[in-house]
Amino acid sequence: MTELSAHLPQFQHGQLTENFPDNHLSNTNDNSERRRHDNSERRRNDNPESEANGQPQNSTQQVVEQDEEEDEELTLKYGAKHVIMLFVPVTLCMVVVVATIKSVSFYTRKDGQLIYTPFTEETETVGQRALNSVLNAAIMISVIIVMTILLVVLYKYRCYKVIHGWLIISSLLLLFFFSFIYLGEVFKTYNVAMDYITVALMIWNFGVVGMICIHWKGPLRLQQAYLIMISALMALVFIKYLPEWTAWLILAVISVYDLVAVLCPKGPLRMLVETAQERNETLFPALIYSSTMIWLVNMAEEDPEAQRKASKNSTYDKQAPANQTQNEDAEADDGGFSQEWQQERDNRIGPIESTPESRAAVQALPSNSLTSEDPEERGVKLGLGDFIFYSVLVGKASATASGDWNTTLACFVAILIGLCLTLLLLAIFKKALPALPISITFGLVFYFATDNLVQPFMDQLAFHQFYI
Amino acid sequence: PALGLFLFTIARDPLRIIILIAGAFFWLVSLLLSSLIWFIAVKASDPQDEPLQKGLLIFGVMFSVLLQEAFRFLYYKLLRKAIEGLVALSEDGCSPISIQQMAYVAGVGFGLMSGAFSMINLLADALGPGTVGIHGDSQLYFLTSAFMTMVLIFLHTFWGILFFHGCEHRRWWEITAVVVMHLAVSGSTFCNPFYVGSLVPSYLLMAAAAAWAYSLSGGSTQNLRRFFLCKS
Repeated sequence: MTELSAHLPQFQHGQLTENFPDNHLSNTNDNSERRRHDNSERRRNDNPESEANGQPQNSTQQVVEQDEEEDEELTLKYGAKHVIMLFVPVTLCMVVVVATIKSVSFYTRKDGQLIYTPFTEETETVGQRALNSVLNAAIMISVIIVMTILLVVLYKYRCYKVIHGWLIISSLLLLFFFSFIYLGEVFKTYNVAMDYITVALMIWNFGVVGMICIHWKGPLRLQQAYLIMISALMALVFIKYLPEWTAWLILAVISVYDLVAVLCPKGPLRMLVETAQERNETLFPALIYSSTMIWLVNMAEEDPEAQRKASKNSTYDKQAPANQTQNEDAEADDGGFSQEWQQERDNRIGPIESTPESRAAVQALPSNSLTSEDPEERGVKLGLGDFIFYSVLVGKASATASGDWNTTLACFVAILIGLCLTLLLLAIFKKALPALPISITFGLVFYFATDNLVQPFMDQLAFHQFYI
Repeated sequence: PALGLFLFTIARDPLRIIILIAGAFFWLVSLLLSSLIWFIAVKASDPQDEPLQKGLLIFGVMFSVLLQEAFRFLYYKLLRKAIEGLVALSEDGCSPISIQQMAYVAGVGFGLMSGAFSMINLLADALGPGTVGIHGDSQLYFLTSAFMTMVLIFLHTFWGILFFHGCEHRRWWEITAVVVMHLAVSGSTFCNPFYVGSLVPSYLLMAAAAAWAYSLSGGSTQNLRRFFLCKS
């Protein structure tokens, strides 16, 4: 791994596309680096031609090689783009969940519990409640572990059809059934009269387009939107059906499990990732045409999880071809080059001004055609389970906190910062990393702290109208 | 207005967004710690004693102000290190984002977070039914809160610029001036609901800080004049 990573910094400046694999949350070592190596080979061959464009490729490479050692930290600059690419969907998902929780009361009513959490929390004593929630959490976690191992086993023995069928069924369930319930509840809340035929038509269209987008091909934005929507739906289901203490316990245990599963040598997720690497293939051929990561975070607790994670990755892979040019150009000097973006995207010709940015953008041009063959390595990927659990945390915070919006805001900022840190770590370690632990830890700490400590303080301040 | 600031100046550059969120985070942590201290103090004291509670609150506020400034300093240190990393990474040897921009963004981050925390529950309650000040409290509660919050957000922004500038050039008096100003503004809110006492000085201080920050960032009256006359 060390000599391969040495190649990476070489091309970080000259060929901006190299940066992207570094920022994959769920990127694996060998597979992608093998590909990166191939890319760099091809680009080296390309360099003589690109000289004709007046681009000092070789000189930049030499200059950059000197910076190799310093470049281990990387990313604040290149990663800024990726972090934002992740911030936006996570924020959107959380916003949708919070908005729903605040307005639709269905999701905060106690209508029973999932079969996975059989013990009730409406007990007489605190001790019994604690015990029940611990048992609930234990059952849930064991369900998750069993599912994960099942998936790994299926993958190992190449039962692709089974996995495929499983995913399709779960996405069907999610897209049709849950969104039907959601729509019904929203209508009830706003007292909108609606007949069954219209609803059936809407749900049918929604579901079918969703299936096509997620499992096959579709416009990038639409696919992202669908994935965000189903993550939000799943999170809402969790918020509704998991009792209080169980939910917090599950969140805590999930992050620990995630840490273990991804990083330990015998962890199921890691085995999955390594098996995929050995076979040098993607995990779900029908869903993605690249990446081996996925299962970055927590595996399926229920079927929809798995499929969502897989499709989540496919989202960001597909993001690649659409955004390659923009990404490369945008990464030229700093994280935000909107003008160069526009130019590249619209004209596909070299930039007009001779600013340093445009020079770098032009440098990136020759690699355009190449990178279209390797779409998987662009963009950052995050498992859908991450989305779901972040949203569960924020949703629960907004639903049950006494500090209400303050707590929600605090958890939101905490989760975003955790995500930043995780991405930073990813850039440093350059291998598959669990995205849950840091963010969830921050989120939990901030939730409990804000709810119990900050809230009384702010209340008093607001009452007297003091300002700090 | 703060949201407008955010949209126009920060939302375009992802690096700035990260710095903003990190700034908000630091403010949040400082708030957390200060409320922890206050909470302990309250629990350790007699809840029935009204003036004592108020005194404790004042103490909490002062302590929180000091903590906020301390965290601003910490954040400054972190950003210094980050700039070194960025410079090492960039191609042409200079950082994609200057320390002044960072100061500005950090200030906005602090300000947004403090504003959000001050206002948002108020706003949420304002959506519901009810009359302001029906129990004899001031009827201008919402208005004054809104203005106070706005002035505080702007102040945080300017303080960020001033503070970082002071740290850059090692002018300790600038830093102490910022701290003193912050304390003064918070202190002036203690005479709420006698609103004149708090709003007016705050706005004056804000104007002063704005002018100071502007001059520090290299502006001048000529620039201003040109700007207002639309670059004539």
